[in-house]
Amino acid sequence: MSADAGAGDAAGSAAGSAAGSAAGLSKLVMPKWGLSMSEGRFIAWLVEEGAVVALGDGLAEVETDKIDGIVEATSAGTLLRRLAQPGETIPVGAPIAVIGPAAAAVADPAAVDAYAAELQASFVPADEADSGPRTEALTVDGRRIRYLRLGGAEGGEAGAVTGDGAEAPAGDGDTVVLLHGFGGDLGNWLFNQEPLAGGGRTVIALDLPGHGESSKDVGAGDLEALAGTVGAFLDGLGVARAHLVGHSLGGAVAARLAASRPGLVTSLALIAPVGFGEEIDGDYIDGFVAAESRRDLKPLLERLFADPELVTRRLVDDVLRMKRIDGVTEALAVIAAAVFPAGRQAGHVAAALAGTGIPVLVVWGTADRIVPVGQAQSAPAGARIELLEGAGHSPHMERAGEVNRLLGEFLTAGR
Amino acid sequence: MTVTAELSQESLLRGYRTMRTIRDFEERLHIEIANAQIPGFVHLYAGEEAVAAGVCSHLSDEDWVSSTHRGHGHAIAKGCDVKGMMAEIYGRATGLCKGKGGSMHIADFRRGMLGANGIVGGGPPLICGVGLSAKVRRSGQVGVAFLGDGASNQGTFLESLNLSAIWKLPVVFVVENNGYGEATGQSYHQAVEDIAKRADGFGLPGVTVDGNDYFAVAEAAGIAIGRARAGHGPTLLECKTTRFFGHFEGDTQTYRDPNEAAEARASRDCLVAFRARVTDAGLLAGAALDAIDVEIAQLIDESVAEALAAPWPDVSELSTDVYIKY
Amino acid sequence: MARKLSFLLAINEAMHQEMARDERVIILGEDIAGGAGGSAGNDEAWGGALGATQGLKTKYPHRVLDTPISESAFIGAAVGAAASGLRPIAELMFVDFMGVCFDQIFNQAAKFRYMFGGNAITPVVIRTMYGAGLRAASQHSQTLYPLFTHIPGLKVVVPSSPYDAKGLLITAVRDDDPVIFFEHKAMYELEGDVPEESYSIPFGEANIVREGGDVTVVAIGRMVQHALQAAETLAAEGIQIEIVDPRTTSPLDEETIYESVESTGRLVVVDEAHPRCSFASDVAALVAQNAFDALRAPIRMVTSPHSPVPFSPALEDVFVPSPERIAAAVRDVLGAKSGSRR
Repeated sequence: MSADAGAGDAAGSAAGSAAGSAAGLSKLVMPKWGLSMSEGRFIAWLVEEGAVVALGDGLAEVETDKIDGIVEATSAGTLLRRLAQPGETIPVGAPIAVIGPAAAAVADPAAVDAYAAELQASFVPADEADSGPRTEALTVDGRRIRYLRLGGAEGGEAGAVTGDGAEAPAGDGDTVVLLHGFGGDLGNWLFNQEPLAGGGRTVIALDLPGHGESSKDVGAGDLEALAGTVGAFLDGLGVARAHLVGHSLGGAVAARLAASRPGLVTSLALIAPVGFGEEIDGDYIDGFVAAESRRDLKPLLERLFADPELVTRRLVDDVLRMKRIDGVTEALAVIAAAVFPAGRQAGHVAAALAGTGIPVLVVWGTADRIVPVGQAQSAPAGARIELLEGAGHSPHMERAGEVNRLLGEFLTAGR
Repeated sequence: MTVTAELSQESLLRGYRTMRTIRDFEERLHIEIANAQIPGFVHLYAGEEAVAAGVCSHLSDEDWVSSTHRGHGHAIAKGCDVKGMMAEIYGRATGLCKGKGGSMHIADFRRGMLGANGIVGGGPPLICGVGLSAKVRRSGQVGVAFLGDGASNQGTFLESLNLSAIWKLPVVFVVENNGYGEATGQSYHQAVEDIAKRADGFGLPGVTVDGNDYFAVAEAAGIAIGRARAGHGPTLLECKTTRFFGHFEGDTQTYRDPNEAAEARASRDCLVAFRARVTDAGLLAGAALDAIDVEIAQLIDESVAEALAAPWPDVSELSTDVYIKY
Repeated sequence: MARKLSFLLAINEAMHQEMARDERVIILGEDIAGGAGGSAGNDEAWGGALGATQGLKTKYPHRVLDTPISESAFIGAAVGAAASGLRPIAELMFVDFMGVCFDQIFNQAAKFRYMFGGNAITPVVIRTMYGAGLRAASQHSQTLYPLFTHIPGLKVVVPSSPYDAKGLLITAVRDDDPVIFFEHKAMYELEGDVPEESYSIPFGEANIVREGGDVTVVAIGRMVQHALQAAETLAAEGIQIEIVDPRTTSPLDEETIYESVESTGRLVVVDEAHPRCSFASDVAALVAQNAFDALRAPIRMVTSPHSPVPFSPALEDVFVPSPERIAAAVRDVLGAKSGSRR
C-alpha cells in the first residue's frame, strides 16, 4: 500500500524518510480508506515483530466508523517495530510500524528506535479540511460526472496529475478506471484505488449516472446508456485507452463498453459482474430502490458481504445519505427496470466480448448472495477466472488484499 | 332600489331558496334538539339568512368563506350538501366530515367552505391566507370571513384588517351584528354603534347595511367582492341583523326582553320582506315561492330521516385523518 | 470533499432550493427581508432577525413577505394559504411568541384534517427559534417543543446538525401536514457537511449519532452536541455511550430507542425543556412501559429545572443541561448509585 502517495501524508513523511532511508528503514502508516476517514481504531496485529513480510501481506486489523479493514505491507522486508497498540485511535498517516530490509535482523536496534522516535515526533496530523485527495467533476453529454483520480507520475502527488486531459505522462502510463455496482459510488473502491495507483498508474474511480454526486439523469438507464456515458467521460478526459475494472453492475457496464468500443479498452477486470447470466437477487434490487430507513437498508446491505458484521452504522448512513438526494431513487428505479426487469438480468454481455481479444479477468466470491458464482462459467473463452472461497458479493471490500494482488498482476500482465 | 331590477329571476329564486333552506334547517334543528336527538352544542342562524344568502350570491365554488360557530347558514349558502350537513350534526358516518366535526366544524373544501369555527375570531386570519394564496397565484379568487359583533373585538380580527389592508388582499370581512356577543349586548361590549367605522382606523372602506334586507346585503356585497376581485383590496361590511334563537340551543335567554325575538320575527323577517318585495314588484309569482317552500320542507324531512337512519362512525375511525402520513 | 455549511446557511439553502423547485412555496414573517418602508429604501436590510432568510426577497420578491408584528394574523394567514393552494413557510421569530398566535396553530392548522373528516390538507411549515444560551432571558429563550408534540395533527422537528437541518426542512416543506420546525439559536454557527444537492430526511427516523454499548443517551436538538461532548469525556474513562437522536418528537421513532436500550440496558434522556410533561418524561415513560425488562438501572433524565430561563449568565449557564451533567448521569446509571432514589 503506497501511503506515501497520499497527499495528507506529505507533512509526516519528509523528516522520517531522510534518516530512515539511509538505514533501509521505512514506515507503515495508518492508511486512509475512502474520502472521509480521518482516523482508525487499531484492533490487533496479525504478525509478530521480526516476521518477514511480503508486499501486500495483511499486517494488522483496523476499524473505522465506516468499515473494518486490514492494513497491508507497503514494502517487503522485516517487521522491526510495532508502534501501534490495540485499542488506540490513530490519525490517518501516523506511523504504526517500522519495516526494514529482509536481512534486517542485523539492524542496530538503537537506530530503529531512533528512527521510530523521529517518525512519531515529526508526525503532524493533516488538517481535516485539506486532508486527502479531492474529487473532481466533468460534464459529458450534459451530465455531471464526479470522479476521483489518484496516482500518475511516479512519486508524484496524488490527484495532481494531468488535469489538462492529457494521458498520464510518466510511470507505466496506464490508466485504470473503476466502475462501482448498483447503488454504490466511487467510495466503494476505498481499499483498492490507492494500492492500485502505485507504479505510475493513474486510477480513476467515478460515480455512474444516478449515483453518488453524479447527475441523476440516467437517460434510458440501460447498459448501453451507462456505457455510453463512461465512454464519453473517458473521451472528455482525453483518455485514449484504459483498463476497466467493474464490480457487479459496473462490470456489465465495462463489458458493454469494451464490446462497443474495443479500441478504448486495454483489459477488463470484472468482479462479481452482472451480464453473465439471468439470475440475480431481485429482492435485493427492489428492496434497495425502495428502502427509506436504516431499518430497511441494513439487512439488504448485509447481503453484500459474507460477513454481515462488516456493515457498520456509518456504511448504512452513507448509503442512506445518497439515497435521500433528490432524483436518486427515481434514477435507480429506471436503471433497475432497464437492467434487472422483473428480478432477472436483461442483457448477456459476456458473449459480446468473444473475438475482441481483450484480456479478461473474472473475480467472484463463492458465497456471493446477489449474483450466483456459477455464472462465472459464462466468461468468454480465454478469460482468467479467480474464485475466492467464502467471499461474498463485494470481495474488493471484504477481501481487498487478495483482490488487489490479483488486479495488480493482471494489470501488469495485460499491458 | 336599483339592484332589484338588475337581479334575474333565476338569481332571485336562488336567493330565496337559500334563505328558505337555512330557515327550515334551523327551525327543524330547534325542534329536534328539544327532543334530545342531537349531541353537543348547536348555534342557530335563523333570522340572519339574508346575510349569508346575499353575500354568497356573488361567490362561486372557487371562492372561499370562513365561518363561525353559528355556521349552518354560511355552509348552506356556500353550497354544502344539506343532507351531509344534517348527518354531520347528528354525528353520523355519512356526515360531511364523517361525524368528526359536528355543527361547529362543518367544512367542505370542494365548495370553498373553509369551516365553521368553534373559536370566536378564528376565521379572519385564515381568510387573509386565502386572499394571499389567491393573490400570489393570481387566481382571481375572493375570500370572505363571516364573523359576529362579538368577534369584532378579537385581536385576530383587528390584526387581519391591518394585514389585509397593507397587502391589498382580495377579501371581505362580513360582520353579522346581531346585537349580542353570546349573552352580552353590543352596547356594553363595544363603544361604537357601527362596527364598520373600525375600518377607518385600518385604511379600508367600511359599510353598514340592513342585514335583514337581502337586496341591501347583495348590493353592498357585490360592490365589496367586485372590488376585491379587481385587486383593490379588502372591505369591511357590517350587516345589522337579528338572532331569532338564543346563543346556543338551550339558552334560556334571560338576558333578553322576552318580546325582542318575537318582535323581530314579526317585523324584520328577511324571508317575509323578500317575498313581499318581489311579488309586489311583479318580479316573481307567489306560487313559485310556494313551490320552493314545499320542496325545501321535503328536503329537510328527508335529511332528518336519513341522518337518523345513518350509521354511527366505526370506532376504527377514532384515530384516522389526524395526519395525511405519520 | 464534502462541503461545510453552517446550520443557519443549511436552513437558508433548503429554502432557496424549495422556492426554486415549487412556486407554491412562499415565506412570510417579521423582518424576514426587513427594511420595507424604511428611510434607506432597502427592502432586504436584514434577511431575517438572524439572517436565515437572506437573499430570498431579492430572488422571489412576490413570494417573500414581510409581515407587521401581528403573529395571530400572519400565522393564521399562513394556515389559510396552506389550506387554499400554497405551501407557506412562516417564520415565527422566537417560539416564545407562540403565546399570541397559538390558536391558529393548535385549534386551526392542527385540527383541520380531523375535524373536516380527512378532507383538508394544510401544508404549512412554521420555523421558529428556541433555546437558552444567548442571555435572552425568560421570554426569548424557551424550549417549547413539548407543547407542540402534545397536539395531534402537528409534526415537530428538532434538528441537531446542519445536515439534518437542511434535509428535514426540505421534508417539512414537501409534507402535507402542518410542521413546526425548531431551530436552536445557539446552533446557527455550527458547521458540518452538507451536500449541495437537495435531499430529504424522513420524519420519524432516529439517527444513531454515535454507537456504544454501555448506556443509551437519547438527546435532541442542541443536546445532541452536548451529549457528544460528554461521550468524549466518558470514552476516556472507558465508557461508551450510544447517542440516539430522534430528530422529530412527532412522529417519534420509538423502535430505535427500544432497540438501543435493549442492547445497553441503561437509559439517560437529555432535554433542554423543563422536566414536567416533556420530551424527556415522554421517552422515559415509553421505555419504562415498553422496554422495562431490558433496563438494568433506573432511567435518568437530564433537563433544565422547573423554572423560567434566567437572564444572568451565572444562572443561565447552570440552567442548560451541560456535558458534565450528562456524563454524571451516565456514570450514575452505570451502577454507582444504581437503584437509588433521587
